Amino acid sequence: MIPSGTHSAPTDPATPRAIRGRAWCFGDDISTDLLAPGAYAVAPLQERARHVLEAVNPRFAAEVQPGDVVVAGRNFGCGSSREHAPEGLKALGVGCVVAEGFARIFLRNAVAIGLPVLPCPGVTAAVDDGDPVQVDLATGVVRNLRTGAVVHGVPLPPQMLAILEAGGIVALLRQRAPQAGAGWTTG
Amino acid sequence: MGMTMAEKILARASGRTAVRPGEFVVGRPDFALLHDIFAAPVFDLLRECGVLAVWDRTRVAVVLDHLVPAPSVAAAEVHRRIRSHVRDYGIAHFFDAGQGICHQLVAERGLVAPGQLLLGTDSHTTTAGALGVGGTGIGTSEMAYVLATGELWLQVPPSIRVDLRGRLAPAVMWKDAVLALAGLLGADGAQYQALEFGGPAAAQVDLAGRLTIANMAVELGAKFGLFPADAVTLAHLRRCGVAAEPFAADSDAQYARTVVLELDDLVPQVAGPHAVDRVRPVHEVEDLPIDQAFIGSCTNGRIEDLRVAAQILAGRRVHPHTRLLIGPASQQVEQQAEREGLLATLLDAGAVLLPPGCGPCFGGHLGVLAPGERCLGAHNRNFAGRMGSPQAEIYLASPATVAASALYGRVTDPRRVVATAGART
Repeated sequence: MIPSGTHSAPTDPATPRAIRGRAWCFGDDISTDLLAPGAYAVAPLQERARHVLEAVNPRFAAEVQPGDVVVAGRNFGCGSSREHAPEGLKALGVGCVVAEGFARIFLRNAVAIGLPVLPCPGVTAAVDDGDPVQVDLATGVVRNLRTGAVVHGVPLPPQMLAILEAGGIVALLRQRAPQAGAGWTTG
Repeated sequence: MGMTMAEKILARASGRTAVRPGEFVVGRPDFALLHDIFAAPVFDLLRECGVLAVWDRTRVAVVLDHLVPAPSVAAAEVHRRIRSHVRDYGIAHFFDAGQGICHQLVAERGLVAPGQLLLGTDSHTTTAGALGVGGTGIGTSEMAYVLATGELWLQVPPSIRVDLRGRLAPAVMWKDAVLALAGLLGADGAQYQALEFGGPAAAQVDLAGRLTIANMAVELGAKFGLFPADAVTLAHLRRCGVAAEPFAADSDAQYARTVVLELDDLVPQVAGPHAVDRVRPVHEVEDLPIDQAFIGSCTNGRIEDLRVAAQILAGRRVHPHTRLLIGPASQQVEQQAEREGLLATLLDAGAVLLPPGCGPCFGGHLGVLAPGERCLGAHNRNFAGRMGSPQAEIYLASPATVAASALYGRVTDPRRVVATAGART
């Protein structure tokens, strides 16, 4: 069963609630084709990850550090349902994507694979490329550690946050497996 | 209080009598649709989780349509794995490479019925909204969850009502209508919402036009793009051997907003490059040279589209500086085009015929663009890098505009070529 809003957080959540890292800034309408070009659709994850956002910032994939935060404009992740898009970001160690707004399927996919995301109107005005930032997923607070500026994002609904904290929807599937529907092995 | 089509679909799918926008429900889909690229990871995930059977193998279709025929050993290997999974899991509906694009097959085989919920691994699963079906795209992990459990969390979207009024002029197509809507609402103008089409002109939209419009709902961010299931829908489903009931919103349903699309004033539209909502009337971009023209995809690869193209190209030649690619949306479309003599007309004009499938729209192979090249296509997406080089430009238009432009090697108003034809798709 999908966790309800009252589901208590696991004691050792797969996703930390506070994330701290360098901001990598991008504009509006960052599409899934920019995040995961179709030409690498059946390539191994490691190779796909090298091409994440290369058309807009060729340094990004090589230089992004674990915990860094992608800061973007409206409609982030628009386009395809390809999970490759959030998956590439996660594989590079991106700690969180904070955007003015997300495309619907990207948002679902990010949550489904355990990549933290935070819708945060006003974030692009408060953060410059390279700024150190801190993101609190539960409260939605984004803090620019260089300027001290604080922006309040919209925390994900509890239902989505619970999936994120479980480490994604496949983690839930694994938890559910022992309860065995007809489909599961019992061993 | 009454419900919109989206609310009715999600209420039924979650076993509730009523739902309201913003609510979370656990929905049980009526059908699941998987395509190549994503089908293999979905089944791999199932195996890893120890799931040996899907929730209902008769309600699952797997279609090889993006990388067809396999352009590389890696793609061929993905296809081989998918075929093996399909056999092992006993998937009832399997369409191997070349049979068509998943959304076209869903519609032409009548795999779903009005009021149902369809979850698909392709973002353009909204296409099924043409049949009054709540079709929407999800990713690989969520599809694995759906196949294992037969359910998925969904949030009930608010709905935007789009009233279609008036009548299309000759050589103006339903594609122009949905491009105009993208310009009006913006590329995220329907984000997290359902688009519901209605108004006095809705009944005039033929099934092909409905499929084109519902297909592009996702380009505006929408979860669903829904047409009421009326006489047009039921007649089509009867031909597929599917008995269905009319399906529509309640008369007192609540909408987040209503927009009106006046068809009388509509002229051919061109979108792009790089954004679907960068829409202009064709005359503002006329004479822009194009290297490649493409008519096909799940948006405009239907028989009605090929008829329009053939009508424009009959007895003429594609401009020597431009290549024209034709991609039928299914083998059935291709065969019908052959029977009607459309393929001969298009080939005589110099067009290149692609196998039924997604073709260059997906950007994996078959017509990718070099840096600096410009493509005018009748497909649905024009992001930078969508069709090969991010330094290429993709413009979107109707099949009539694309065919007319292929003739002159430049963006061309189809009304100059077709004076009186009833090109309305």
